[in-house]
Amino acid sequence: MNHFPEAWGRPRDDIYGSYNPQFLPNSHAQQSGHPTTHTQSPIVTGTSVIAVKYKDGVVIAADNLASYGSLARFTDVHRLKPFNKKAVVGFGGDVSDMQYLDRLLNSLDVKENYSHGHDDAESDKALMSAKNLHTYLSKVMYKRRSDFNPLWNALLVCGLSEDGTPFLASVDLLGTTFSAPTLATGFGAHLAQPILRRVVPDEAASKALDKEAAVAAVKECMKVLFYRDARSMNEYSIAVVDKSGVDLKQKEKLEGQSWAFAEQIKGYGTQTV
Amino acid sequence: MASISSFAMPSEAPTYSFAAAQSASGQPRQHGFYPYTDNGGSTLGISGDSFTILAGDTRSTSGYNINTRYAPKLFKLGGSGPNHEGSKIVLSVVGFAADGNALQERLDTIVKMYKYQHGKDISVHACAQRLSHILYNKRFFPYYVHAILGGIDEEGKGALYSYDPVGSYEREQCRAAGAAASLIMPFLDNQVNLKNQYDPNSGPGLEKVQRVPKPLDRTTVEEIVRDAFTSAVERHIEVGDGLQMMIITKDGIEEVYTPLKQD
Amino acid sequence: MFRNNYDNDSVTFSPQGRIFQVEYAQEAVKQGSVVVGIVSKTHAVLAALKRNAEELSSYQQKIIPIDAHYGLALAGLASDARVLSNFMKQQSLASRLTYDRPIALADITARIGDRAQTNTQQYGKRPYGVGLLIAGVDARGPHLFEFQPSGVTQEMVACGIGARSQMARTYLERHLESFESSSRDELIKHALRAVKESLSQDKELTLDNTSLAVSGVDEPFKLYEGEEVVNFLETTFERREEGDEGQAAGEGMEVDS
Repeated sequence: MNHFPEAWGRPRDDIYGSYNPQFLPNSHAQQSGHPTTHTQSPIVTGTSVIAVKYKDGVVIAADNLASYGSLARFTDVHRLKPFNKKAVVGFGGDVSDMQYLDRLLNSLDVKENYSHGHDDAESDKALMSAKNLHTYLSKVMYKRRSDFNPLWNALLVCGLSEDGTPFLASVDLLGTTFSAPTLATGFGAHLAQPILRRVVPDEAASKALDKEAAVAAVKECMKVLFYRDARSMNEYSIAVVDKSGVDLKQKEKLEGQSWAFAEQIKGYGTQTV
Repeated sequence: MASISSFAMPSEAPTYSFAAAQSASGQPRQHGFYPYTDNGGSTLGISGDSFTILAGDTRSTSGYNINTRYAPKLFKLGGSGPNHEGSKIVLSVVGFAADGNALQERLDTIVKMYKYQHGKDISVHACAQRLSHILYNKRFFPYYVHAILGGIDEEGKGALYSYDPVGSYEREQCRAAGAAASLIMPFLDNQVNLKNQYDPNSGPGLEKVQRVPKPLDRTTVEEIVRDAFTSAVERHIEVGDGLQMMIITKDGIEEVYTPLKQD
Repeated sequence: MFRNNYDNDSVTFSPQGRIFQVEYAQEAVKQGSVVVGIVSKTHAVLAALKRNAEELSSYQQKIIPIDAHYGLALAGLASDARVLSNFMKQQSLASRLTYDRPIALADITARIGDRAQTNTQQYGKRPYGVGLLIAGVDARGPHLFEFQPSGVTQEMVACGIGARSQMARTYLERHLESFESSSRDELIKHALRAVKESLSQDKELTLDNTSLAVSGVDEPFKLYEGEEVVNFLETTFERREEGDEGQAAGEGMEVDS
């Protein structure tokens, strides 16, 4: 009896000879002669993405850092990707999977423009909305998780829906989707979401919120995230989507930091209280 | 144990197909991909003489986080257009929300194609069996959900079907599912099926006579549903925020939303 | 009996550059009873004359609702239309599932156009023997598209296909200017009158043989048949009695040249 579960049910080489991978279909064999293996963990990663809906649009932000484990590896990676003037997608998680999705979205955009043509007000109505994009991405993510080959990301999709109302929703590597007036992925779900919910507790509050207040709340959250999230940095991208289009800034610096609180922290490292 | 694959098998022991693949990475692996999660929440359904009520809270969770306070777990099936006008069947799903949505979309498409191909609405009975087949067909990679299906049967009576994740199903008077199922179900047993309620005029011990359950009227059922959820909210952290109720009668579906505690 | 040697399949051109099988398929469209479609700025309407094969049989289905926002009317082989409409239904559901949006009418028309075209270029295939009018409302407003067995599709303001449809088209051409600004009711009247024009003298539009479908901005595609069309017929043809000029002009025209 062999106690390794991997061996259970497998033909023994000393009886049957070693497995001949020639008989595996191409999709399963590749060159190695072993079964296909899939991503088991993310490698280069981006941290939180946060977003808030306000009365006539959405504000979204993510910093420009791509980490390699605990190493701050790339410091100029833009994790907010605009899509056709109506939507922005914010990516957390694996950066190479983000780049794959970005290529996917670009080809989708080309396809859309090819079939809907013209650049006029009438055609703008037929453009894919943020809601359409979110539905599409959720299907992509769910399909990949069902194939046991996940895209290791948490996405926020924001912008306008067909009727022009602000839209904000999330998808993750499992294909789980949800929508709320404020959303945050990763560490942001713990650190930024409570702050954002204090500003925008419900849908009604978001309908009363103006752009300046929304931007201020998001900037404040980016600062808190930089204070506490060890995988974050002080340069970030921020985008505002409203009916005039996407206003994306990719080189913002955190303002008005105060590390005074750091002195109060006790109980870590070599300190003696 | 870090990882079985990091062990090299003793050389005299027999080897197995793909054994090399198992030890190829050598180093311990950090993650495996687990394709499921639990999004919490609870649902319940009660059928009456001429109606069925389905209800579910609207909170969606990941661990201790609240994803959103409004993520419906009740879905109208069939009907026309995105708002399912004219629909008379409701599906509730609780468990892994992504699977729940996928399941709901599949069944909705089937119900719509049935209408297109046969020129009439599918019966709840047929829809219930179809749902069972969908779940069973994916038994080796199940939809991780507890589904409850409600509607009006061909005799005009309330119909309620409940499922396990691999398609085993049964028509019932009432059923609670999801995170707080173990809190709500005993309450339903007692209040709907009158379990452990005895005729006070009957004798002691073995002579005790169980009260006989009979179909409840709509207002009573709505009260039971509300009580079940307000209580569940107090005792279960994954339940709360809002209560979505759908009341299915021969005239269609009435939808009611009432807030629950957000703590 | 045979016209020539170049009509045995749909992949061989005649020396004159024609594909006879496709042209024959277009004749099949003319065997079907008449259907008419019109669009205004706000609505799209389909009207059709249903035939019954014999007194004892039921009437054929001329208008098929596909999705909440559009449907089609057919003239020609109904079974071919069913294949196409099943495909369209699937594509429409797929659009709603993957993008959560109603499929654009231009898109779905292009897709069946492409399908029909492959039938004219592959050996052993046969062109669809049916013409379609696809009408409805999408993100860019009301539309009417015509589909032909050759795979040709075009957007129309008004269109009539099927047996004796020339008379209907003449009526539509005569009233072309008024369609764009027509109200829902006016558009329905125009559609029904256009169908009426194509009827042979001994025939009338009745609740049994009339199909009507309307869709508009914020109004889902709905098919009206039987009792539901009585009202439309009454309001349309009451006025007809007073001034029925133009009928004589239509009468003498040649059918489906």
